[in-house]
Amino acid sequence: MLVAPTGGGKTLAGFLPSLNDLALRDRSAPADGFHTLYISPLKALTVDIARNLEAPIREMELGIRCEVRTGDTPQNRRQRQRRQPPEIMLTTPESLALLLSYAEAPKLFGKLRAIIIDELHAIADTKRGQLLSLGLARLARLAPHAGFIGLSATIPDPKEMAKYLSFRRNKVAIVRGLPGARPDISILLAERRVPWGGHMAQHAIGDIYRAVAAHGTTLVFVNTRAQAELIFQGLWRQNEENLPIALHHGSLSVDQRRKIEAAMAAGSLRAVVCTSSLDLGIDWGNVDLVIQVGAPKGSSRLLQRIGRANHRLDEPSRAILVPANRFELLECQAAMEAALAGELDGYPARPHCLDVLAQHILGTACSQPLWPDQLFGEITASYPYRQLSRQEFDDVFAYVAHGGYALRAYDRYHRLTQQQDGSYQIAAPVVARQYRMNVGTIVEAPMLRVKMRRGQVLGEVEEWFVQGLTPGDTFIFAGRLLRFEGIRAMAVECTAARQGDPKVPAYAGGRLPLTTGLAARVRALLADAGHHQSLPRDIREWLRLQRQQSRLPGAQGVVIESFPRGSREFLVAYCFEGRNAHQTLGMLLTRRMEKMGLKPLGFVASDYVLGIWGLRAPDKAQLEQLLAPDMLGDDLEEWLEESSMLRRSFRNVAVIAGLIERRHPGAEKSRKQVTFNADLIYDVLRKHEPGHILLRATHQDAAWNLADVGRLSDFLARIAGKVIFRRLSHVSPLAVPILLDIGRERIEGEAIDELLDAAARDLIAEATEGEGS
Amino acid sequence: MPLEVLFGDALLHLDPSGAIYWPEQQLLAVADLHFEKGSSFAASAHRMLPPHDTTQTLADLGRAIDLYRPRRVICLGDSFHDRAAATRLSLGDLAEVQRLAANRDWVWIAGNHDPVLPDIVGGIAASSITVAGLTFRHDAADDGDPSPGNIVFGHFHPVALVSLAGRLLRRRCFLLGSQRLLMPAFGAYAGGLNILHPAICDLFPAGFRVLLSERGRLHPINVRHLRPDTDLSMSHKFPGP
Repeated sequence: MLVAPTGGGKTLAGFLPSLNDLALRDRSAPADGFHTLYISPLKALTVDIARNLEAPIREMELGIRCEVRTGDTPQNRRQRQRRQPPEIMLTTPESLALLLSYAEAPKLFGKLRAIIIDELHAIADTKRGQLLSLGLARLARLAPHAGFIGLSATIPDPKEMAKYLSFRRNKVAIVRGLPGARPDISILLAERRVPWGGHMAQHAIGDIYRAVAAHGTTLVFVNTRAQAELIFQGLWRQNEENLPIALHHGSLSVDQRRKIEAAMAAGSLRAVVCTSSLDLGIDWGNVDLVIQVGAPKGSSRLLQRIGRANHRLDEPSRAILVPANRFELLECQAAMEAALAGELDGYPARPHCLDVLAQHILGTACSQPLWPDQLFGEITASYPYRQLSRQEFDDVFAYVAHGGYALRAYDRYHRLTQQQDGSYQIAAPVVARQYRMNVGTIVEAPMLRVKMRRGQVLGEVEEWFVQGLTPGDTFIFAGRLLRFEGIRAMAVECTAARQGDPKVPAYAGGRLPLTTGLAARVRALLADAGHHQSLPRDIREWLRLQRQQSRLPGAQGVVIESFPRGSREFLVAYCFEGRNAHQTLGMLLTRRMEKMGLKPLGFVASDYVLGIWGLRAPDKAQLEQLLAPDMLGDDLEEWLEESSMLRRSFRNVAVIAGLIERRHPGAEKSRKQVTFNADLIYDVLRKHEPGHILLRATHQDAAWNLADVGRLSDFLARIAGKVIFRRLSHVSPLAVPILLDIGRERIEGEAIDELLDAAARDLIAEATEGEGS
Repeated sequence: MPLEVLFGDALLHLDPSGAIYWPEQQLLAVADLHFEKGSSFAASAHRMLPPHDTTQTLADLGRAIDLYRPRRVICLGDSFHDRAAATRLSLGDLAEVQRLAANRDWVWIAGNHDPVLPDIVGGIAASSITVAGLTFRHDAADDGDPSPGNIVFGHFHPVALVSLAGRLLRRRCFLLGSQRLLMPAFGAYAGGLNILHPAICDLFPAGFRVLLSERGRLHPINVRHLRPDTDLSMSHKFPGP
């Protein structure tokens, strides 16, 4: 495994052994299988790597065939690749799974010498990474002479990551690239102030523009697509010099993204406003500055983004952080210190997923007859599945073979049939066709194309967003203000809207929660008064007032405040466990408060704070009862059952596990007949087969994906006996930002930050009462 | 909780389960039961959907029958998902059908999925039936009858997609027009067709009332909250402002 910062040249390094080996081979022998397989999570990256490899291959006259195979590869070329395999094959995890499902897989892969997995850090801990790992475990058996080469950006625990590559229970050598120069990071204090609330950083547009104008090429990273649209619009409003500034996010059309990437590579852009869509990918040597708008959410992520600037390892990368509000300033400060100290963090590893396993078993059966005992051994060689029990495996296998329902309700029907020799085969060719139509672990919300009435396609948006629109509504997309006209032929038809505010908020997307490591740093920063000297003046003042009027959250335990405001009682908990965990905690606490007769009315969660309002305040004894750790038992189960989360998770699990078909755009004419409503199936399954393997997978998914339960249970253990409760007569300074978040979920747009400032003035006056300020 | 509506001269109880009860005639009607839809996919496409859909549908139907104790039950067609469906009924489910049908008139209207009544289930088969001026049939299409009067029908599996305060809800519903009453599908696995699809809304040129089933109640829905599905290749009629 090769671990090196971005720009270290590790991809080409990964190919060197292969090029060397191929150069020395006997060229007269016909190639009858792949020599080297390269797998990347990004289609665009495979294309780019192919281009980068072709030049040296041509110049050295090595006569090596190097080809790309992804979902975009035309059918005839894919067939040719199976008949006449190129020496070097560049592909994605999904296309690898498809290749493995063909009968000729043993022949295609049997002579492999090298398997290169790029951007390992970005994929290992995802469902996609689990599917890839199962495919690689299969390759380890099919290709006994192949070596595995993993390429990763710098990560906190390379030894742990290396285990992902150990399919033959052998040792993985870890090669570390030299660390780059220490980055040069600063925090932007636009207009020398930090807003109390808001997430759009509209106050900082002017300063961001000046930074762009003062540098050669700048990448402006933001956290959500909505932020990207607003910052892009804001920059163009100021763009008197007509600097070439572009926009890049995952919803824009592929053509448009490729165009922007090409312009960036050619050095003809001064800035790109982008989301995580540019976190990975093609290296541009010419970026001088990275601006991160909004808090970075994790130090590893910040370092990777900063690494996109200046790809010469011996020169420092320059980065500016732009906090949008006061808590984000604290987070930016903590992230900057962590990044300068080279501290890395991440999200915890995901337990093995049973739906992914079901898909893999079916795919394997499509290729050749399989023996369950042998397959079980192969699967547990995959690191994510090392703890899979034989019982779980048998249950998933039974599901794949005949549905796995009680009493073998379908004893006449099968997807896999057992042969005389004990092996299993697919029951009919149609099963393989179904598998191939539905391969992959990414179940996206159905997307619709966004089209101008004249015909230009701008990109795609989620179906649910469109269904909330009424003709005449305006919204921002692809940097333009659009008017929704209607839906025609699977496309959202729009016209250009005249000047004005968008009526419907730009849609959200791509929010990552604050990492545990960074959260601990923020708490430590708050707790250490000496450290406050490094903060701007108005933040110091804010924290001083808080200490005076209530209490500052400490490194340990949790501070909870309660105060009346208007006719409501507010409860504010400074937990610092990330938005997802807070959301779950909010749901659970309000349920318990309901049972206690405290009449809660609602709650709002940020990455730092949870705020609950209701008609009555709990006393200290009640509060301790509310936070008792048994909350994660029955209450959580009850809530999961009632909420729509399980339904949503079931839909994804059912698609990945092959119970229902993916929706393929354009092929949905007789949908009433063909597709099944996942909700209806879920209801029947829950009532009649509550222990079914897919329901178990659904529970695991919901708990992992949506509720961040592990983090919450650590939190409850951490604060046990260390709850500091303050009953106040009015709102505290630290509580102001979360109160400003109440009710703003639905208004976003350029006017919001000012709107919020007006609302803030009242609150701030109340919080700072008696200070004469 | 049922909702009372006047359809022509008939006072009907619309039940949130999707059934209709007509007290004056002691008559219960349900549409599109689609028995054994789950196993039909296992048998023909190797798709192992959970079984038990018939058991579930029968349990729901049994609850409605226990509640209203009708003298007569009319199933409005597509009661069996395919021609062989009755042969796949489990013994328990078959016994339950026979138990429910005992001591009352049971009418199976023919649908496009079950044009021929399987002979093992009992009851009588019919292409349509008229009771006190109200015609019950599978489909709305009239077979050359110029004045069919008021009809109750199924076949379309109507669902409404409703946008309320930014949240989307997709639920089965009744559609009540001046001379036509479209019933939701009753079967546990019966999918749905958006009521803004021309195949449905063209049947109600003078408009309809939408009664949407959610959490055990029927809710009247204003047409301006309705949303079309996005995957239809034809343009939609948006209800007026």
